[in-house]
Order: sequence, then structure tokens, then C-alpha cells
Amino acid sequence: MRFMVLVKATADSEAGVMPTPEELTAMGAFNEELVKAGILLAGEGLHPSSNAVRVKFSGEGTTVVDGPFAETKELLAGFWILELPSWDEVVAWVRRVPNVTGAESELEIRQIFSDEDFAYAGEEVVAKEKELRARTENRG
Amino acid sequence: MSDPAARRAVEAVWRIEASRLIAGLAAFTRDLGLAEELAQDALVAALERWPSTGIPDNPGAWLTTTARNRAVDLARRRGNHDRKLAELGRDLDEHAPEHDPDDDLLGLVFTACHPVLSPDARVALTLRVVGGLTTEEIASAFLVPEPTVAQRIVRAKKALAKAGARFETPPDEQRAERLGSVLGVLYLIFNEGYSATGGEHLVRPDLCVTALRLGRVLVSLVPREPEAHGLLALMELQASRIRARTTPDGAPVRLLDQDRSRWDRLLITRGLAGLERAERLGGGPYTAQAAIAACHARAATAEDTDWVRVVGLYELLALRVPSPVIALNHAVACGMAFGPEVGLELVDELLGEKALADYHLLPSARGDLLARLGRTGEARAEFERAAALTRNGRERAQLLARAQECGSGARPRTAAEDRG
Repeated sequence: MRFMVLVKATADSEAGVMPTPEELTAMGAFNEELVKAGILLAGEGLHPSSNAVRVKFSGEGTTVVDGPFAETKELLAGFWILELPSWDEVVAWVRRVPNVTGAESELEIRQIFSDEDFAYAGEEVVAKEKELRARTENRG
Repeated sequence: MSDPAARRAVEAVWRIEASRLIAGLAAFTRDLGLAEELAQDALVAALERWPSTGIPDNPGAWLTTTARNRAVDLARRRGNHDRKLAELGRDLDEHAPEHDPDDDLLGLVFTACHPVLSPDARVALTLRVVGGLTTEEIASAFLVPEPTVAQRIVRAKKALAKAGARFETPPDEQRAERLGSVLGVLYLIFNEGYSATGGEHLVRPDLCVTALRLGRVLVSLVPREPEAHGLLALMELQASRIRARTTPDGAPVRLLDQDRSRWDRLLITRGLAGLERAERLGGGPYTAQAAIAACHARAATAEDTDWVRVVGLYELLALRVPSPVIALNHAVACGMAFGPEVGLELVDELLGEKALADYHLLPSARGDLLARLGRTGEARAEFERAAALTRNGRERAQLLARAQECGSGARPRTAAEDRG
């Protein structure tokens, strides 16, 4: 199973306050543990929303809105993508994320869709497959 | 926390910590059976304590201390009756707590792939002590009865004890050979998941995921070994195709027929990055195979595949590790790069190879080339022969379907590497 761990923004992350060397060290050590366990597929930190853009869709039109955005709690400051066999294990890992300053913050874990989740669409997918094959045959 | 939830939380922590805990205990007891027993005792203690006290800040250290205290208890209780445990009691203090857990884990990985063990035993032991799989899980992955796996593991532990295995990273002069054995075991596990040799399922993604995880663990333990990066890159690139390799009802889809939009971009990115590292460090045969897999990964459509480069890479690979299977893959690639006549000529040169006598991919490749040349009658016979040779039910069905296509006069599909 694949999970995305979302790091919620804080007032500090939104203000562009960079992590202290102590925080960086702790986070580096934690990331190393994830690598050593063979479960980290990707992970990045995100710039504050002052350096962000939203593209809004409505009807046929689109609007571009520049950051910063107001609702800090709904914003993101980074993410990890982890591959683990169960929810229990991903929770156990995320509880280990260092919180050096002790400040309040929040991480959200979301499961990434996999093929099994689309099993309900079975017949349609089969149809698509058949069509694709037909196209290859005609070309061959 | 409700009781079952607490139990699951403790077990999750256990799965995170178990391999390093067992590695540390094996390194100082030099007895894998005892190490596992001590680790299990620590788990029982955690299950008794943690639901009420909460999970400690450093659960790994808690489990280690508990297991060691238990070892000391055992040593005292058995006293002079058991020399080994008495020695263990003395050694406990000497085994410094700041001992590098990575070294222990690497030692355990090498020991699980010790040359005194059969390949089957190496696979079972690696999955059990390093991968944390249960005997039942290993048995179901390899389609063997559970008692067989259990016995294999018991015998392996005895063989290691008899050989005086030290649960350490082997000395430099043995290291390359032993690393080769470790890489071989990981690839065996991956392949069993990627292309099951028997049974009714073509792929068992869980087993591939386990092999990938172990591969990533290994790379973090030996970051300077080019072939560790090469093997991991190969596995990531091949695994990127798993979703597209079968239809929803489980039938195989060949490489050229696969819907490439379903390939896993994250694994491709990781695989290509790993390949670059392997090449920079001066990779070997696994790296060359990863480079071939990368040719497919980079091609947006099947037609875009750089087949000439694939041919060249197979030639390079054949120079390093000559094998009839590689020669067959080379022939198939030549068939794609230079036309079916060229491919068929090369495949026919392999017909006398003893090692390929029962290999279903030889008649299957030959059938494919014959079909492309319009020699459908001969192609049909080859597909039927291939179907009779494979032990995998899904593959058999596909080969029989292809045989029938030839017979009914339908235009045969083009295909490259049948395995996808």
C-alpha cells in the first residue's frame, strides 16, 4: 500500500521561517531511517503559499489566483510518499516524526489509490484494453 | 486505546523493529534460533506492557534491553549447564550498546545468504529474518506447504550453527562473492513475484514489493556497491510495469501491447536515477539489465523503443555473463531491430541448447517470429509446444490462445519480449 503523508502548513512555514539546524538534523535523521527501512519513495518540502498559484476551474473558464492564501490550516508545507503493508505501520512510522520545538502541528495520512480500488470498473477497463489491442493489431 | 487497537499498534512497531533487533541479538549470541526466541519474548513483554504504559519514545531500545535482560536471566538460570548461554552472559557487557545496528543488519543479511545454504533456504531465511514474513506468508508466496518452509528454516539455522556462522559482514576477500549471493536471492524473490513459475496468478505484487523494500534496505547498507544499485534499478523499472502486465481478469499482456499510461512513473523515475548511480559507480550485469529495462521505460510508445540499443546492451551483457537465456533475448531484440528473418536465424541457432530444452520462452519467441513471417502453421505448433512447457496457468492459456489465432487465420499480433 502506498501512502502520502501530508505536512500541514504552520504560521512559521507560511511566514517562510526556515527550520533551525537542530530541526534539520532531526528531520534528516528521520528521513535516513525511512530510507534504511526501504519504505521512502519520495518526499519534498514546499515553499510557502506566498510563492504559490491557484488555477480555478468554473464552467469552461479558468482563473489564475496568486498566493499567499489565507486558510493556513488547509495549506501544505511538504509531503512524503511511503510504501508499507498496512495502516498500522504507517501510523507507527508517522508517530516517530520528530517534533523538535514541541509546537503544535499536524500531519495527515492519505492512502494512494491503487489498481484494486478501480476493480469496480473492471469491464470498462477490459473494454479499453481490447480496443487498444485492436488498434495494435491493425497497425501490425 | 481499545485492546485490539493497542495490540495492532504494538505489532506494527514490532514489524518496524524486528529485523534490526534479531540482527543485534544474532550478532552477539551467534545463534539465530536463540536470537529469534529472545526477540519473541521481548515482543510478548511489549504486548503485556505497552497497551497500558503507551509505546515508549524509543521502542527499539526498549525491545533490545528487554531481550538482553532475558538473555542474562536465561544464562543465570541455566548456569553451568549451558556453556553457550553462560558465555553469552559474560559477553553481554562487552557487546557495547553503541554497536552499529546497520552493521548487525548487514551481517544478518549476509548470513541468511550463506554459501552453506541451498538457494531455497537462503530465500526462506532472508524473507523470514530480514523481511519479517511469517512462515505461512513465505509458503503461500512460493506455493509450498507451510511445514516444508518451517523445516527449511529449522535446517538452515542448524546448518549455520554447524558452519560456525558469525553473523558478521564477511571479510573483504569473501565479500564480493557473498554480495553476489545476496543480490541473487533478492532477484529470485522479485522474479517469483513478477513472473510466477507456477500456479494461477501471473504476478504477485506483494512479493515484488517485499523484494523492492529489501533491495532499498541493502542499498542503504552498502551504498558504494554498484550492483546493489543496479539490481534495485532493474527491479524498480520492471516493477513499474506490473499494473500493465495483466488484464483485470489476470491474463498476461505482453510488453508491446501494454498501456504505457499505466506504468508507474514514480518507480520509473527512481529506477532511472538508480541506474545512473549504478553506472557512475561502474556497474555489472544487473546494471546492464537495468539499462535494457530503461530503454523500454524511456519509450513513450512501443514503436519508439530503441531496439538497436537494446541489441547492443544484450551483446554487452553476453560478454560479461554468457548464457543461453541472454542469447535468446538478444535474438528477440534483433528480431525487433532488424526484422523477423534475422531474429529467427539467431533463435534457430539456439535450438540445440540443452539449457533451453524445457524453456517455454524459446518456442514462444520462435512462434512469434514465424507468425510475423506469415508461417502460421509452424507458429501454431511452436505456441502449442510452449504452452505444454510452461507451469503457469495464465501463461498457458495465453499461449494456447495465440496458437488458435494462428490456426484460425486471424492476423497475429506483434509482440516483443513475451515476458513483458
